[in-house]
Amino acid sequence: MSVTTPSKLQKMIASGNLAVTSEVGPPRSADGAVIEHKGNLIKDYVDAINVTDNQTSVCRVCSLACCIRLKLMGLEPVLQMVTRDRNRIALQSDILGAASFGINNMLCLTGDHQHFGDHPTCANVFDLDSIQLIQTVKMMRDEGRLLGGFEFAVRPQMFIGAAANPFAGPNVAMRVSRLAKKVAAGVQFIQTQCIYNLDKFKEFMKLMVDRGLHEKVAILAGITPLKNVGMAKYMQKRVPGLEVPDSVVRRIGGVPKEKQAEEGITLVEQIQELKEVEGVRGFHIMAIEWEEKVPGIIDRAGLYPRPQLA
Amino acid sequence: MIKAVPKPLEEVLDLVKDFTKVLIAGCDGCVTVCEAGGLKEAKVLASALRLYFTQAGRQAQIDEISLTRQCEKEYLAQLSDKMDAYDAVVSLACGCGVQYMAEMYNNKIIYPGVDTCFLGVNEERGLYSERCQACGRCILAETGGICPIARCSKRMLNGPCGGSDAGRCEINKDIPCGWELIYERLKTLGQLDRFEKPVDPKDWTTSRDGGPRKIVREDLRI
Repeated sequence: MSVTTPSKLQKMIASGNLAVTSEVGPPRSADGAVIEHKGNLIKDYVDAINVTDNQTSVCRVCSLACCIRLKLMGLEPVLQMVTRDRNRIALQSDILGAASFGINNMLCLTGDHQHFGDHPTCANVFDLDSIQLIQTVKMMRDEGRLLGGFEFAVRPQMFIGAAANPFAGPNVAMRVSRLAKKVAAGVQFIQTQCIYNLDKFKEFMKLMVDRGLHEKVAILAGITPLKNVGMAKYMQKRVPGLEVPDSVVRRIGGVPKEKQAEEGITLVEQIQELKEVEGVRGFHIMAIEWEEKVPGIIDRAGLYPRPQLA
Repeated sequence: MIKAVPKPLEEVLDLVKDFTKVLIAGCDGCVTVCEAGGLKEAKVLASALRLYFTQAGRQAQIDEISLTRQCEKEYLAQLSDKMDAYDAVVSLACGCGVQYMAEMYNNKIIYPGVDTCFLGVNEERGLYSERCQACGRCILAETGGICPIARCSKRMLNGPCGGSDAGRCEINKDIPCGWELIYERLKTLGQLDRFEKPVDPKDWTTSRDGGPRKIVREDLRI
Protein backbone atom coordinates (compact mmCIF):
# COMPACT_ATOMS: atom_id res chain seq x y z
CA MET A 1 0.00 0.00 0.00
CA SER A 2 1.59 3.22 -1.16
CA VAL A 3 1.06 6.76 0.05
CA THR A 4 -1.36 8.58 -2.22
CA THR A 5 -2.65 11.38 0.01
CA PRO A 6 -1.16 13.73 2.64
CA SER A 7 -2.87 11.60 5.33
CA LYS A 8 -0.59 10.79 8.28
CA LEU A 9 -2.65 7.70 8.94
CA GLN A 10 -2.04 6.43 5.44
CA LYS A 11 1.65 7.15 5.83
CA MET A 12 1.79 5.15 9.08
CA ILE A 13 0.02 2.18 7.49
CA ALA A 14 2.24 2.33 4.42
CA SER A 15 5.35 2.35 6.65
CA GLY A 16 4.48 -1.14 7.85
CA ASN A 17 4.10 -0.07 11.48
CA LEU A 18 0.90 -0.97 13.28
CA ALA A 19 -1.32 2.10 13.09
CA VAL A 20 -3.31 3.32 16.07
CA THR A 21 -6.46 5.40 15.91
CA SER A 22 -8.97 6.34 18.54
CA GLU A 23 -12.10 8.40 18.64
CA VAL A 24 -13.70 11.26 20.49
CA GLY A 25 -17.41 11.86 20.86
CA PRO A 26 -18.60 15.49 20.52
CA PRO A 27 -20.65 17.04 23.34
CA ARG A 28 -24.41 17.58 23.40
CA SER A 29 -23.92 21.31 23.82
CA ALA A 30 -22.01 24.12 22.16
CA ASP A 31 -18.99 23.58 24.44
CA GLY A 32 -16.07 23.34 22.03
CA ALA A 33 -13.55 22.93 24.86
CA VAL A 34 -14.72 19.33 25.37
CA ILE A 35 -13.25 18.21 22.07
CA GLU A 36 -10.07 20.14 22.69
CA HIS A 37 -9.71 18.42 26.06
CA LYS A 38 -10.41 14.95 24.67
CA GLY A 39 -8.05 15.55 21.77
CA ASN A 40 -5.27 16.62 24.11
CA LEU A 41 -5.79 13.52 26.27
CA ILE A 42 -4.97 11.11 23.47
CA LYS A 43 -3.02 13.05 20.86
CA ASP A 44 0.43 11.66 21.67
CA TYR A 45 -0.79 8.07 21.64
CA VAL A 46 -2.57 7.84 18.30
CA ASP A 47 -1.87 8.50 14.65
CA ALA A 48 -5.33 9.87 13.95
CA ILE A 49 -8.48 10.76 15.86
CA ASN A 50 -11.96 9.89 14.62
CA VAL A 51 -14.78 12.25 15.45
CA THR A 52 -18.13 10.51 15.54
CA ASP A 53 -21.08 11.87 13.57
CA ASN A 54 -24.14 12.08 15.83
CA GLN A 55 -23.46 8.54 17.00
CA THR A 56 -26.42 6.34 17.95
CA SER A 57 -28.54 9.06 16.33
CA VAL A 58 -28.11 11.42 19.28
CA CYS A 59 -27.76 15.06 18.27
CA ARG A 60 -24.34 16.52 19.11
CA VAL A 61 -21.82 19.07 17.85
CA CYS A 62 -21.18 18.16 14.23
CA SER A 63 -18.20 16.03 13.32
CA LEU A 64 -16.95 18.54 10.78
CA ALA A 65 -16.68 21.41 13.29
CA CYS A 66 -14.83 19.17 15.75
CA CYS A 67 -12.49 17.88 13.06
CA ILE A 68 -11.64 21.45 12.06
CA ARG A 69 -10.94 22.24 15.72
CA LEU A 70 -8.59 19.24 16.01
CA LYS A 71 -6.91 20.15 12.73
CA LEU A 72 -6.30 23.70 13.97
CA MET A 73 -4.69 22.15 17.06
CA GLY A 74 -2.26 20.40 14.72
CA LEU A 75 -3.84 16.96 15.15
CA GLU A 76 -4.88 14.44 12.48
CA PRO A 77 -8.67 14.04 12.41
CA VAL A 78 -10.75 11.34 10.75
CA LEU A 79 -14.08 12.82 9.66
CA GLN A 80 -16.84 10.32 10.29
CA MET A 81 -19.82 10.85 8.01
CA VAL A 82 -23.14 9.03 8.10
CA THR A 83 -25.63 9.15 5.25
CA ARG A 84 -28.64 9.14 7.58
CA ASP A 85 -28.96 12.89 8.01
CA ARG A 86 -27.69 14.46 4.78
CA ASN A 87 -28.35 14.03 1.10
CA ARG A 88 -25.65 13.95 -1.58
CA ILE A 89 -25.57 17.74 -1.84
CA ALA A 90 -24.86 18.17 1.87
CA LEU A 91 -22.41 15.24 2.05
CA GLN A 92 -20.32 16.48 -0.86
CA SER A 93 -20.49 20.01 0.51
CA ASP A 94 -19.11 18.83 3.86
CA ILE A 95 -16.38 16.80 2.14
CA LEU A 96 -15.28 19.91 0.26
CA GLY A 97 -15.47 21.93 3.48
CA ALA A 98 -13.34 19.40 5.35
CA ALA A 99 -10.80 19.25 2.56
CA SER A 100 -10.60 23.05 2.49
CA PHE A 101 -9.21 22.83 6.05
CA GLY A 102 -6.72 20.11 5.09
CA ILE A 103 -8.65 17.21 6.59
CA ASN A 104 -7.37 14.10 4.86
CA ASN A 105 -9.20 11.14 6.39
CA MET A 106 -12.82 10.10 6.19
CA LEU A 107 -14.85 7.24 7.54
CA CYS A 108 -17.88 6.52 5.36
CA LEU A 109 -20.84 5.09 7.26
CA THR A 110 -24.53 4.58 6.70
CA GLY A 111 -25.27 5.30 10.37
CA ASP A 112 -27.54 3.93 13.04
CA HIS A 113 -31.26 4.24 12.41
CA GLN A 114 -32.78 7.26 14.15
CA HIS A 115 -34.99 4.88 16.09
CA PHE A 116 -32.17 4.57 18.67
CA GLY A 117 -31.55 8.24 19.25
CA ASP A 118 -33.01 11.33 20.85
CA HIS A 119 -35.15 12.24 17.81
CA PRO A 120 -36.89 8.98 16.92
CA THR A 121 -39.78 10.76 15.14
CA CYS A 122 -37.56 12.49 12.58
CA ALA A 123 -37.37 11.75 8.87
CA ASN A 124 -34.20 10.07 7.69
CA VAL A 125 -32.40 10.71 4.42
CA PHE A 126 -30.38 7.70 3.25
CA ASP A 127 -30.05 9.25 -0.22
CA LEU A 128 -26.76 7.31 -0.39
CA ASP A 129 -25.46 4.38 1.63
CA SER A 130 -21.94 3.90 2.97
CA ILE A 131 -20.68 2.22 -0.21
CA GLN A 132 -22.07 4.96 -2.40
CA LEU A 133 -20.42 7.53 -0.10
CA ILE A 134 -17.10 5.72 -0.65
CA GLN A 135 -17.70 5.87 -4.43
CA THR A 136 -18.57 9.55 -4.16
CA VAL A 137 -15.50 10.69 -2.25
CA LYS A 138 -13.28 8.55 -4.49
CA MET A 139 -14.78 10.22 -7.55
CA MET A 140 -14.28 13.66 -6.02
CA ARG A 141 -10.66 12.85 -5.18
CA ASP A 142 -9.58 10.92 -8.27
CA GLU A 143 -11.69 12.52 -10.98
CA GLY A 144 -12.35 15.98 -9.54
CA ARG A 145 -16.03 15.53 -10.18
CA LEU A 146 -19.25 15.77 -8.20
CA LEU A 147 -22.04 13.20 -8.53
CA GLY A 148 -23.97 15.80 -10.51
CA GLY A 149 -21.17 15.91 -13.09
CA PHE A 150 -19.61 19.28 -12.19
CA GLU A 151 -15.84 19.23 -12.58
CA PHE A 152 -13.59 21.16 -10.22
CA ALA A 153 -9.87 21.81 -9.86
CA VAL A 154 -8.93 21.59 -6.16
CA ARG A 155 -9.69 18.02 -5.14
CA PRO A 156 -10.22 16.65 -1.63
CA GLN A 157 -7.21 14.51 -0.74
CA MET A 158 -9.00 11.93 1.33
CA PHE A 159 -7.72 8.64 2.69
CA ILE A 160 -10.98 6.71 2.54
CA GLY A 161 -12.13 4.50 5.38
CA ALA A 162 -15.23 2.56 6.33
CA ALA A 163 -16.43 0.17 8.99
CA ALA A 164 -16.89 -3.58 8.93
CA ASN A 165 -18.73 -5.79 11.34
CA PRO A 166 -17.58 -9.43 11.29
CA PHE A 167 -20.07 -10.21 14.07
CA ALA A 168 -23.40 -9.21 12.53
CA GLY A 169 -23.81 -12.92 11.96
CA PRO A 170 -24.56 -15.61 11.49
CA ASN A 171 -23.08 -15.49 8.01
CA VAL A 172 -19.39 -14.52 8.15
CA ALA A 173 -18.98 -15.16 4.40
CA MET A 174 -21.66 -12.57 3.67
CA ARG A 175 -19.81 -10.06 5.84
CA VAL A 176 -16.60 -10.71 3.90
CA SER A 177 -18.53 -10.30 0.64
CA ARG A 178 -19.89 -6.98 1.83
CA LEU A 179 -16.38 -5.83 2.69
CA ALA A 180 -15.22 -6.97 -0.76
CA LYS A 181 -17.90 -4.67 -2.13
CA LYS A 182 -16.47 -1.76 -0.12
CA VAL A 183 -13.03 -2.58 -1.53
CA ALA A 184 -14.49 -2.60 -5.04
CA ALA A 185 -16.00 0.83 -4.28
CA GLY A 186 -12.58 2.19 -3.29
CA VAL A 187 -12.19 1.92 0.47
CA GLN A 188 -8.57 2.02 1.71
CA PHE A 189 -8.85 1.33 5.43
CA ILE A 190 -11.35 -0.39 7.68
CA GLN A 191 -12.06 0.07 11.36
CA THR A 192 -13.88 -3.00 12.63
CA GLN A 193 -16.65 -3.34 15.16
CA CYS A 194 -15.36 -3.96 18.72
CA ILE A 195 -13.85 -7.41 18.97
CA TYR A 196 -14.72 -9.61 21.93
CA ASN A 197 -15.05 -12.91 20.05
CA LEU A 198 -11.52 -13.54 18.77
CA ASP A 199 -12.34 -16.86 17.14
CA LYS A 200 -15.01 -15.31 14.96
CA PHE A 201 -12.74 -12.40 14.07
CA LYS A 202 -10.00 -14.82 13.05
CA GLU A 203 -12.47 -16.75 10.89
CA PHE A 204 -13.41 -13.46 9.24
CA MET A 205 -9.78 -12.51 8.66
CA LYS A 206 -8.95 -15.93 7.25
CA LEU A 207 -11.65 -15.51 4.63
CA MET A 208 -10.26 -12.02 3.90
CA VAL A 209 -6.74 -13.39 3.49
CA ASP A 210 -7.92 -16.32 1.36
CA ARG A 211 -9.37 -13.82 -1.08
CA GLY A 212 -6.34 -11.52 -0.92
CA LEU A 213 -8.52 -8.68 0.34
CA HIS A 214 -6.12 -7.94 3.22
CA GLU A 215 -3.64 -6.64 0.64
CA LYS A 216 -6.15 -4.24 -0.83
CA VAL A 217 -7.43 -2.67 2.39
CA ALA A 218 -5.82 -2.00 5.78
CA ILE A 219 -7.76 -3.57 8.63
CA LEU A 220 -7.63 -1.76 11.96
CA ALA A 221 -9.01 -4.03 14.67
CA GLY A 222 -11.67 -2.42 16.86
CA ILE A 223 -11.09 -2.43 20.62
CA THR A 224 -13.50 -1.13 23.26
CA PRO A 225 -12.66 -1.50 26.96
CA LEU A 226 -15.61 -2.50 29.15
CA LYS A 227 -16.13 -0.31 32.22
CA ASN A 228 -18.12 -2.78 34.27
CA VAL A 229 -20.41 -5.79 34.04
CA GLY A 230 -23.37 -3.49 33.41
CA MET A 231 -21.75 -2.14 30.27
CA ALA A 232 -20.78 -5.65 29.18
CA LYS A 233 -24.39 -6.79 29.49
CA TYR A 234 -25.69 -3.67 27.75
CA MET A 235 -23.29 -4.20 24.85
CA GLN A 236 -24.26 -7.86 24.70
CA LYS A 237 -28.00 -7.32 24.70
CA ARG A 238 -28.70 -3.87 23.37
CA VAL A 239 -26.10 -2.79 20.84
CA PRO A 240 -27.05 -3.98 17.37
CA GLY A 241 -24.58 -6.26 15.65
CA LEU A 242 -22.22 -6.51 18.61
CA GLU A 243 -21.18 -9.85 20.02
CA VAL A 244 -20.01 -10.09 23.62
CA PRO A 245 -19.51 -13.75 24.60
CA ASP A 246 -20.92 -14.90 27.95
CA SER A 247 -17.37 -15.73 29.05
CA VAL A 248 -16.44 -12.03 28.85
CA VAL A 249 -19.49 -10.97 30.86
CA ARG A 250 -18.68 -13.66 33.45
CA ARG A 251 -15.06 -12.60 33.67
CA ILE A 252 -15.90 -8.96 34.39
CA GLY A 253 -18.83 -9.87 36.62
CA GLY A 254 -16.55 -12.26 38.53
CA VAL A 255 -14.52 -9.53 40.20
CA PRO A 256 -15.68 -6.99 42.82
CA LYS A 257 -17.36 -3.90 41.45
CA GLU A 258 -14.44 -1.59 42.23
CA LYS A 259 -12.10 -3.82 40.24
CA GLN A 260 -14.33 -4.33 37.21
CA ALA A 261 -12.93 -1.34 35.30
CA GLU A 262 -9.42 -2.71 35.77
CA GLU A 263 -10.57 -6.12 34.59
CA GLY A 264 -12.19 -4.51 31.54
CA ILE A 265 -8.92 -2.83 30.66
CA THR A 266 -7.02 -6.09 31.21
CA LEU A 267 -9.27 -7.71 28.65
CA VAL A 268 -7.68 -5.62 25.97
CA GLU A 269 -4.66 -7.88 26.38
CA GLN A 270 -6.21 -9.49 23.32
CA ILE A 271 -4.42 -6.77 21.36
CA GLN A 272 -1.26 -8.89 21.67
CA GLU A 273 -3.04 -11.85 20.12
CA LEU A 274 -4.62 -9.68 17.42
CA LYS A 275 -1.20 -8.34 16.41
CA GLU A 276 -0.39 -11.82 15.18
CA VAL A 277 -3.50 -12.17 13.01
CA GLU A 278 -2.59 -11.91 9.35
CA GLY A 279 -4.04 -8.82 7.75
CA VAL A 280 -4.34 -6.74 10.93
CA ARG A 281 -2.55 -3.45 10.20
CA GLY A 282 -3.37 -1.61 13.38
CA PHE A 283 -5.94 -0.84 16.04
CA HIS A 284 -8.88 1.45 16.54
CA ILE A 285 -9.52 2.10 20.24
CA MET A 286 -13.08 3.17 21.00
CA ALA A 287 -13.21 4.05 24.68
CA ILE A 288 -16.76 5.33 24.86
CA GLU A 289 -16.85 8.41 27.15
CA TRP A 290 -13.69 6.96 28.71
CA GLU A 291 -11.07 8.67 26.59
CA GLU A 292 -8.75 9.11 29.57
CA LYS A 293 -8.08 5.36 29.52
CA VAL A 294 -6.83 5.33 25.94
CA PRO A 295 -3.18 6.26 26.69
CA GLY A 296 -2.84 3.49 29.29
CA ILE A 297 -4.35 0.88 26.97
CA ILE A 298 -2.04 1.84 24.11
CA ASP A 299 0.98 1.91 26.39
CA ARG A 300 0.22 -1.53 27.87
CA ALA A 301 -0.35 -2.92 24.39
CA GLY A 302 3.24 -1.98 23.49
CA LEU A 303 2.07 0.51 20.89
CA TYR A 304 3.63 3.55 22.59
CA PRO A 305 5.62 5.60 21.80
CA ARG A 306 4.26 6.08 18.31
CA PRO A 307 6.84 5.83 15.55
CA GLN A 308 7.84 9.26 14.25
CA LEU A 309 7.72 9.31 10.46
CA ALA A 310 9.48 11.94 8.42
CA MET B 1 -52.40 -3.48 -2.94
CA ILE B 2 -52.78 -0.38 -0.80
CA LYS B 3 -53.04 -1.25 2.89
CA ALA B 4 -54.87 0.85 5.45
CA VAL B 5 -56.16 0.63 9.01
CA PRO B 6 -59.35 2.14 10.42
CA LYS B 7 -58.84 5.34 12.38
CA PRO B 8 -59.62 5.03 16.09
CA LEU B 9 -63.35 5.59 16.70
CA GLU B 10 -62.63 8.50 19.06
CA GLU B 11 -60.79 10.33 16.28
CA VAL B 12 -63.69 9.92 13.84
CA LEU B 13 -66.20 10.92 16.54
CA ASP B 14 -64.24 14.07 17.17
CA LEU B 15 -64.42 14.91 13.46
CA VAL B 16 -68.17 14.47 13.08
CA LYS B 17 -69.62 15.22 16.52
CA ASP B 18 -70.96 18.64 15.53
CA PHE B 19 -72.85 17.38 12.47
CA THR B 20 -76.28 15.82 12.26
CA LYS B 21 -76.21 14.26 8.79
CA VAL B 22 -73.14 12.18 7.96
CA LEU B 23 -72.48 9.73 5.15
CA ILE B 24 -69.92 6.96 5.67
CA ALA B 25 -68.53 6.06 2.24
CA GLY B 26 -66.64 2.79 1.89
CA CYS B 27 -64.62 1.68 -1.12
CA ASP B 28 -64.84 -1.79 -2.68
CA GLY B 29 -61.16 -1.71 -3.73
CA CYS B 30 -58.01 -2.22 -1.69
CA VAL B 31 -59.46 -1.14 1.66
CA THR B 32 -62.13 -3.84 1.35
CA VAL B 33 -59.44 -6.49 0.92
CA CYS B 34 -57.60 -5.40 4.05
CA GLU B 35 -60.91 -5.00 5.89
CA ALA B 36 -60.33 -1.37 6.78
CA GLY B 37 -62.84 0.53 4.65
CA GLY B 38 -65.28 -1.63 2.71
CA LEU B 39 -69.06 -1.81 3.06
CA LYS B 40 -68.75 -4.01 6.13
CA GLU B 41 -66.51 -1.50 7.92
CA ALA B 42 -68.75 1.39 6.77
CA LYS B 43 -71.73 -0.34 8.42
CA VAL B 44 -69.78 -0.97 11.63
CA LEU B 45 -68.62 2.64 11.83
CA ALA B 46 -72.11 3.99 11.04
CA SER B 47 -73.60 1.83 13.80
CA ALA B 48 -71.03 3.06 16.28
CA LEU B 49 -71.74 6.69 15.37
CA ARG B 50 -75.51 6.16 15.63
CA LEU B 51 -75.01 4.67 19.08
CA TYR B 52 -72.86 7.65 20.08
CA PHE B 53 -75.50 10.18 18.98
CA THR B 54 -78.32 8.21 20.60
CA GLN B 55 -76.44 8.04 23.90
CA ALA B 56 -75.73 11.74 23.65
CA GLY B 57 -79.47 12.32 23.26
CA ARG B 58 -79.09 13.85 19.83
CA GLN B 59 -80.94 13.36 16.59
CA ALA B 60 -78.59 12.40 13.79
CA GLN B 61 -78.79 10.72 10.42
CA ILE B 62 -75.85 8.44 9.75
CA ASP B 63 -75.97 6.47 6.48
CA GLU B 64 -73.50 4.17 4.80
CA ILE B 65 -72.68 3.31 1.22
CA SER B 66 -69.76 1.75 -0.62
CA LEU B 67 -68.51 2.70 -4.06
CA THR B 68 -66.76 0.37 -6.50
CA ARG B 69 -63.63 2.56 -6.43
CA GLN B 70 -63.20 6.02 -5.03
CA CYS B 71 -60.17 6.68 -7.22
CA GLU B 72 -62.35 6.91 -10.33
CA LYS B 73 -64.68 9.74 -11.29
CA GLU B 74 -67.44 7.59 -12.73
CA TYR B 75 -67.96 5.83 -9.40
CA LEU B 76 -67.64 9.00 -7.34
CA ALA B 77 -70.29 10.55 -9.61
CA GLN B 78 -72.79 8.09 -8.16
CA LEU B 79 -72.88 10.33 -5.07
CA SER B 80 -73.84 13.48 -6.97
CA ASP B 81 -77.56 13.30 -6.16
CA LYS B 82 -76.93 12.32 -2.54
CA MET B 83 -74.34 14.84 -1.39
CA ASP B 84 -76.78 17.66 -0.65
CA ALA B 85 -78.44 15.49 1.99
CA TYR B 86 -75.32 15.40 4.18
CA ASP B 87 -73.26 17.85 6.23
CA ALA B 88 -70.14 15.77 5.84
CA VAL B 89 -68.79 12.53 4.41
CA VAL B 90 -66.33 10.19 6.09
CA SER B 91 -64.54 8.39 3.29
CA LEU B 92 -63.07 5.02 4.19
CA ALA B 93 -61.04 4.89 0.99
CA CYS B 94 -57.27 5.33 0.90
CA GLY B 95 -55.85 8.84 0.77
CA CYS B 96 -56.31 8.85 -3.00
CA GLY B 97 -60.04 8.20 -2.71
CA VAL B 98 -60.55 10.81 0.01
CA GLN B 99 -58.78 13.46 -2.05
CA TYR B 100 -60.51 12.57 -5.30
CA MET B 101 -63.89 12.79 -3.63
CA ALA B 102 -62.95 16.17 -2.15
CA GLU B 103 -61.85 17.34 -5.60
CA MET B 104 -65.17 16.37 -7.13
CA TYR B 105 -67.32 17.74 -4.30
CA ASN B 106 -65.47 20.94 -3.63
CA ASN B 107 -68.01 22.45 -1.22
CA LYS B 108 -68.53 19.36 0.88
CA ILE B 109 -66.59 18.44 4.01
CA ILE B 110 -64.85 15.13 3.33
CA TYR B 111 -62.94 13.51 6.20
CA PRO B 112 -60.70 10.44 6.16
CA GLY B 113 -61.86 7.42 8.13
CA VAL B 114 -58.75 5.28 7.66
CA ASP B 115 -55.00 5.76 7.90
CA THR B 116 -53.41 4.76 4.60
CA CYS B 117 -50.24 2.82 5.36
CA PHE B 118 -48.36 1.21 2.49
CA LEU B 119 -48.27 -0.98 -0.62
CA GLY B 120 -48.21 -4.51 0.67
CA VAL B 121 -49.33 -8.09 0.66
CA ASN B 122 -51.76 -10.18 2.69
CA GLU B 123 -49.59 -12.59 4.63
CA GLU B 124 -52.63 -13.86 6.50
CA ARG B 125 -55.98 -12.38 7.35
CA GLY B 126 -55.21 -9.35 9.48
CA LEU B 127 -51.48 -9.53 8.75
CA TYR B 128 -50.23 -7.26 6.00
CA SER B 129 -46.68 -6.25 5.22
CA GLU B 130 -44.98 -3.75 2.99
CA ARG B 131 -43.30 -4.79 -0.24
CA CYS B 132 -43.08 -1.72 -2.48
CA GLN B 133 -42.48 2.01 -2.06
CA ALA B 134 -43.39 2.89 -5.65
CA CYS B 135 -40.00 4.50 -6.37
CA GLY B 136 -40.87 4.53 -10.05
CA ARG B 137 -37.87 2.53 -11.29
CA CYS B 138 -38.01 -1.13 -10.37
CA ILE B 139 -34.72 -2.83 -9.44
CA LEU B 140 -36.12 -6.21 -8.42
CA ALA B 141 -34.30 -7.90 -11.32
CA GLU B 142 -30.99 -7.03 -9.65
CA THR B 143 -31.91 -7.83 -6.07
CA GLY B 144 -33.25 -11.35 -6.22
CA GLY B 145 -36.85 -10.20 -6.37
CA ILE B 146 -36.66 -8.56 -2.92
CA CYS B 147 -36.81 -4.77 -2.73
CA PRO B 148 -34.15 -3.15 -0.51
CA ILE B 149 -35.94 0.19 -0.66
CA ALA B 150 -39.06 -1.26 0.90
CA ARG B 151 -37.48 -4.03 2.98
CA CYS B 152 -34.37 -2.34 4.43
CA SER B 153 -35.02 0.24 7.18
CA LYS B 154 -32.28 2.41 5.68
CA ARG B 155 -33.31 1.75 2.05
CA MET B 156 -29.68 0.77 1.39
CA LEU B 157 -28.82 -0.27 -2.13
CA ASN B 158 -25.61 -1.92 -0.91
CA GLY B 159 -26.60 -3.65 2.29
CA PRO B 160 -26.71 -5.17 4.79
CA CYS B 161 -25.57 -2.62 7.36
CA GLY B 162 -23.56 -3.58 10.41
CA GLY B 163 -26.57 -3.44 12.69
CA SER B 164 -28.42 -6.51 11.49
CA ASP B 165 -28.27 -9.29 14.01
CA ALA B 166 -28.91 -12.95 13.30
CA GLY B 167 -30.81 -11.96 10.18
CA ARG B 168 -33.02 -9.44 11.96
CA CYS B 169 -33.19 -5.68 11.50
CA GLU B 170 -31.51 -3.40 14.04
CA ILE B 171 -34.67 -1.42 14.67
CA ASN B 172 -36.91 -4.37 15.47
CA LYS B 173 -36.22 -8.07 15.88
CA ASP B 174 -39.59 -8.83 14.25
CA ILE B 175 -38.37 -7.34 10.97
CA PRO B 176 -36.21 -9.63 8.84
CA CYS B 177 -33.08 -7.95 7.47
CA GLY B 178 -34.01 -7.23 3.85
CA TRP B 179 -30.42 -7.61 2.72
CA GLU B 180 -29.96 -10.98 4.37
CA LEU B 181 -33.06 -12.08 2.46
CA ILE B 182 -31.56 -10.71 -0.75
CA TYR B 183 -28.22 -12.43 -0.11
CA GLU B 184 -29.88 -15.79 0.53
CA ARG B 185 -32.15 -15.53 -2.52
CA LEU B 186 -29.27 -14.50 -4.80
CA LYS B 187 -27.36 -17.51 -3.46
CA THR B 188 -30.30 -19.80 -4.24
CA LEU B 189 -30.54 -18.34 -7.74
CA GLY B 190 -26.79 -18.68 -8.35
CA GLN B 191 -26.50 -14.88 -8.72
CA LEU B 192 -24.24 -14.01 -5.77
CA ASP B 193 -21.94 -12.11 -8.15
CA ARG B 194 -24.57 -9.38 -8.11
CA PHE B 195 -24.10 -8.96 -4.35
CA GLU B 196 -20.48 -7.83 -4.61
CA LYS B 197 -20.99 -5.33 -7.39
CA PRO B 198 -21.42 -1.80 -5.97
CA VAL B 199 -24.70 -0.22 -6.97
CA ASP B 200 -24.38 3.45 -7.96
CA PRO B 201 -26.36 6.22 -6.25
CA LYS B 202 -30.00 5.99 -7.27
CA ASP B 203 -31.86 8.52 -9.37
CA TRP B 204 -34.72 9.38 -7.02
CA THR B 205 -36.51 11.70 -9.45
CA THR B 206 -39.09 9.03 -10.18
CA SER B 207 -39.75 8.68 -6.45
CA ARG B 208 -41.37 11.34 -4.25
CA ASP B 209 -38.21 13.43 -4.52
CA GLY B 210 -39.22 14.44 -8.05
CA GLY B 211 -42.39 16.10 -6.76
CA PRO B 212 -45.98 14.90 -7.26
CA ARG B 213 -45.91 12.26 -9.96
CA LYS B 214 -48.02 11.76 -13.02
CA ILE B 215 -48.18 9.04 -15.66
CA VAL B 216 -49.13 10.11 -19.18
CA ARG B 217 -49.69 7.09 -21.42
CA GLU B 218 -50.16 8.50 -24.87
CA ASP B 219 -50.82 5.00 -26.21
CA LEU B 220 -53.89 4.75 -23.98
CA ARG B 221 -55.23 8.27 -24.31
CA ILE B 222 -57.98 8.90 -26.83
